[in-house]
Amino acid sequence: MIRLAASARMVLAASLLAAFAFVLIGPILNLALWSVAERWYTPYKLPVTYGTRYWEQVFRPTGDAMASLGTSVWIAVLTVAFALALSIPAGYALARLKLPMRALFMVMFLLPQAFPSVAIYINVARIFYQLGINGTVLAVVLVHTAHGLVFSVWIAAAAFAAVDKDLELAARNMGASPLRAFFTVTLPLAAPGIIASGIFVFLESLDEFTGTFFVGVPQVTTLPLLLYNAAMGGNYQVASITALILLVPSVLFMLFIERFLRADVLAKVGT
Amino acid sequence: MLSQRHLALLLITPGLVLVAALFLYPLGFSLISAFSKDGAFTLEWFAKAFELYSTDMVFTVVIVLTSCALTALAAIVIAGTLTLGENRWIVGTLRALYRWPLFIPFIVAAQCMRTFLAKNGLMNNSFVSLGLMEPLQAVSYLDWRGIIATFVWKQTPFVALLLAGALASIDRATLEAGRNLGASRLRVLVELALPQVMQTLLVALVLSFVTMLSVLSVPLMVSGSQPTMLTVDMAFRINAYGDYATANALGVITYLISAGAAILYLRRGLSQEAPR
Repeated sequence: MIRLAASARMVLAASLLAAFAFVLIGPILNLALWSVAERWYTPYKLPVTYGTRYWEQVFRPTGDAMASLGTSVWIAVLTVAFALALSIPAGYALARLKLPMRALFMVMFLLPQAFPSVAIYINVARIFYQLGINGTVLAVVLVHTAHGLVFSVWIAAAAFAAVDKDLELAARNMGASPLRAFFTVTLPLAAPGIIASGIFVFLESLDEFTGTFFVGVPQVTTLPLLLYNAAMGGNYQVASITALILLVPSVLFMLFIERFLRADVLAKVGT
Repeated sequence: MLSQRHLALLLITPGLVLVAALFLYPLGFSLISAFSKDGAFTLEWFAKAFELYSTDMVFTVVIVLTSCALTALAAIVIAGTLTLGENRWIVGTLRALYRWPLFIPFIVAAQCMRTFLAKNGLMNNSFVSLGLMEPLQAVSYLDWRGIIATFVWKQTPFVALLLAGALASIDRATLEAGRNLGASRLRVLVELALPQVMQTLLVALVLSFVTMLSVLSVPLMVSGSQPTMLTVDMAFRINAYGDYATANALGVITYLISAGAAILYLRRGLSQEAPR
């Protein structure tokens, strides 16, 4: 009797888990199906003909998608470079130096994430328009950097805080200048955390839609904008393939984040 | 010689300048634009915003609150199972599965749901194939239900991840004691474990609340029809009419809604600290 109840519970748990897996994976599976469906219409439950025609169309070297992918990656690389150039000094100051009003500065970097962003972006677009830089790569990079700065500054500060101070002092005692101690001891030790923050900023930039939608149009077409245009134009195949391209780095990051962000750094984020 | 304080300020200034230029300045711009007409103070734009979009305001708040409630529920079930689950096979499978949507961009989630929840999408088709539903009963979920489904799908892993982390760090002995005294796992979770991690849950939910309030792509792509969310209305005022004043009035209303969430959170934090 007890065994029967136990196996009934097991079946219930397994079916709940299966339902959960369906809800979780189903939408992604549907996307993958659309990407290889050459023809798919009601009442057919599965694509009528399969094929890679749309993949070829998307990956044609002269196609829109390759151009958008190039634009997206270029913008993301510039955003990472810009964000790190700002956040390494800021993170070091927040973690190591006596800084007046430190808590206020930490919150300052958080603010762009804490406010509903659409209302901000429409005004940024207006300001950029007056400056004549709307619709340029520079405008998009600036918006992405401001958006990603909270991650890069907070993670950089945590990474610097996790570096043992005694190692720095040892280098100084042996006669290294402060700058030299920073570049040969502190920075290399904080590098894994800083690289993690760079990857984070890269992904945020690659995936960003709202800001680009307002300051990038019509000249700058990143992958998310191409996806949006294809989806709204009813081209489910191109939209799905673009979505899958964007999905790959996100899922890889999800699987490997723990390698980059060690627990001791993670515990110090935001403190 | 530069003092340490000056050096620190010098190092942090470039980052702050960027935030000031691309956040504080546009924020001021939006407030001025929402409250003024030809240089004079007016509430005209708010009157217009309420006249045209009061349905959408209610719609937005209801959608975001419902999504937060469902996200909290799903995250509690997942994190609770991960912490208190006794079957290693189930816990392991759940742990491997639940994080998948964590870093998936909203726009990709929106495209997934556009196909999955459509009238002849994979969800309805699967139900029909399993015999759970007649083909004629299939309806499209691409309206408010689709928006909520997308938000919950996307935000649950985030909330569950933070919650599971907090649950893992509380004292196991109390939970074991509760179990030994004969309390069911559900009771241990609700009465012993959750109260200790309420703060983490609330932080995660407030962050999710603001995120959902800011997303443009999901309401734009998942539900095309009226009523819709305020983000879509703002984009429409700008793109169709170049009407910055009304769009900014709507923007100020979204600030107030998110401030409401932050105040609720802060008040709870204060009332919790008071008795100690």
